[in-house]
Amino acid sequence: MKEEIIIAGFGGQGVLSMGKILAYAALMNDLEVTWMPAYGPEQRGGTANVTVILSDSPISSPVLDSYDIAVVLNQQSLDKFEDKIKPGGMLIYDSYGIHRSPHRKDIKVHEIKAMDASLEMGNAKTYNMVVLGALLGLRELVPMDAVIRGLKKTLPERHHHLIPLNCDAISKGKSLVG
Amino acid sequence: MKGNEAIAHAAIRYGADGYFGYPITPQSEILETLEELMPWESTGMVVLQAESEIAAINMVYGGAACGKAVFTSSSSPGVSLKQEGVSYIAAGELPALIINVMRGGPGLGTIQPSQADYFQATKGGGHGDYKLITLAPSSVQEMADFVWLGFDLAFKYRTPSIMLADGIVGQMMEKVVLPAPRQRRTAEQIAEQCPWAVTGKPSTRKRNIMTTLELEPAAMEVINNRLQEKYRIIEENEVRFQTYDIEDAEYLIVAFGSIARICQKMVEEARSKGVKVGLLRPITLWPFPTAEIERLSARMKGIIVMEINAGQMIEDVRLACHDNIPVYHYGRLGGIVPNPQEVLDAFFNHFPEANS
Repeated sequence: MKEEIIIAGFGGQGVLSMGKILAYAALMNDLEVTWMPAYGPEQRGGTANVTVILSDSPISSPVLDSYDIAVVLNQQSLDKFEDKIKPGGMLIYDSYGIHRSPHRKDIKVHEIKAMDASLEMGNAKTYNMVVLGALLGLRELVPMDAVIRGLKKTLPERHHHLIPLNCDAISKGKSLVG
Repeated sequence: MKGNEAIAHAAIRYGADGYFGYPITPQSEILETLEELMPWESTGMVVLQAESEIAAINMVYGGAACGKAVFTSSSSPGVSLKQEGVSYIAAGELPALIINVMRGGPGLGTIQPSQADYFQATKGGGHGDYKLITLAPSSVQEMADFVWLGFDLAFKYRTPSIMLADGIVGQMMEKVVLPAPRQRRTAEQIAEQCPWAVTGKPSTRKRNIMTTLELEPAAMEVINNRLQEKYRIIEENEVRFQTYDIEDAEYLIVAFGSIARICQKMVEEARSKGVKVGLLRPITLWPFPTAEIERLSARMKGIIVMEINAGQMIEDVRLACHDNIPVYHYGRLGGIVPNPQEVLDAFFNHFPEANS
C-alpha cells in the first residue's frame, strides 16, 4: 500500500495541519509517512500545500511530480495540480470559490461542499477536518481511532477538549461523500 | 516530527551542555524546540539565543574550550557569519558541532532548500588549512542520529564537525526513533576525559592555555602539520556512504542529502524500465568516499552527480574517477528542488543510449 497525496489551498485554511493530522494518524497505524510542506513566508491568504506519503514500506522521495490523490481547496491549486494526478487517481475539490471546473476524464473527480458544511456546523475553523472527513470517506487511508490518536498527538493539551468537535466535523465530511 | 525538532530532541538526549544560536529560516525550530523543552530544568543544558551568529559561534568556542559538548545551528547566510569562529575552533583543536540547514543563496537569497554550501563546508569556509568532518543527513532519523555522531567524532578527534542539512530535511516530518537519554558529563568526568580543557588548574599539572595565535612561523608549521596528520587519520577511518542498486549498475548517480532520496525514487523508476542504474550517497562529504567512487567508476559507463547547486560535489567525483569516464551534473538553483521525473529526464538527456 502506498498513497501519494497532495493537499493544497490558501494559507489559513488548515492545509498543513490537516496533512499533519493525517500523517500522525498513519504513524499511529504503523505506516511509514513523510510530510513535506512547500514552505514560504507564512501568510494568511497566500498559497499553501503539503505532500503526504503513506506507505507500508520505506519511502524514498518526499518530493513528487505526480499524485494518487489531490485535495484542492482553491482555483490556483486546481490549476496547478489537476494535471499532476496519476491516471486513475482521485481529485477532491471544494467548489467554493472555484470558477473553472476540472477537465480530466481519466481520474475520479469528487466535488465536496466542505465550506458550506463547516458554516452549517457554525464553526468555520472545522473546515479542514470536514475536508479530511470527506477524504477518509472516499478512501479509508487510516481508521478513525488512529485519527483520534493523531489529533491527540498534534493538538496541544489545552485544545484536547476540542477533539469531539473535530470528530463531528470529520463525520460531517464523511456524510458529504457517502 | 520535523527534522529540526529531531535535532533539538537528540541533542538534549546526547547530554549536550549548551546550545547557542540565532534564529533564521529554515532552521528556527531547533531553537524554538529547545526553548519549549526547557532542558535547563531537566538536564541542566544551557540554551541561549545570542545577539548574533558571530556571538553564538564564539560562545561555542568558549564552551568547547572548557570541554563542554556545545553546538550551534543556522542557515546559509548565518553560517557565513560564523566562519571566522569555525576557523578558530578548528585551529584550537576543539570539539564542537555546527549545523547548517541550507537555503538558497548567494547573499540573503531565498528561504527554500539548497545544497550550495558544499564548498563552504568541505573546503574550509574560513581561513587557513583546516577541515570539518561534514555529515549529510537525508532523513529525519539521520538529523537525530548525526547529532550524536557529530559530537562523538568531534570529541574523538578534537575537531569541529558540521551537519550539512537543507530545508527539505529540516522542514519535513517523518517517523524517528530517538536514542535513550544519557546523563550530561559531570565536571569531574570532563576534567578526566578532556585533560586539554580549561577546567581550572590543579596543582598537579601546568596551565592549559587556549590560543590560536603563534607568532613564530616554524612553530605554526608544526601545529599545521599536526592538524594535517589528524586529517589523514580521519580520511582513513571515517568515510561513510550508502549505496543503492549498484551490484549490476552500468550508470551511477552520486547525490547527497535530501536529493539522494529524490534520486532513489528516480532509480526505482529507471529500474522498472530495465535501466541498470545505481546510486551512491556520500554520508560524509569530508572525508569523501573517493576510493569507493574510484573503484566503482572502473565498471561504469558514466556518472551523473545530482545536487541542488550549480555543480560543487561534482569536482570531488571527477577527482575520484580521474575523468576516465563521462561525469555530468544536474542541479537546480536558488531554492528550487527538482522532482524525481526531472532528475530521470536529466539522466536520459546525458545518457540517451541508456534508454534503448
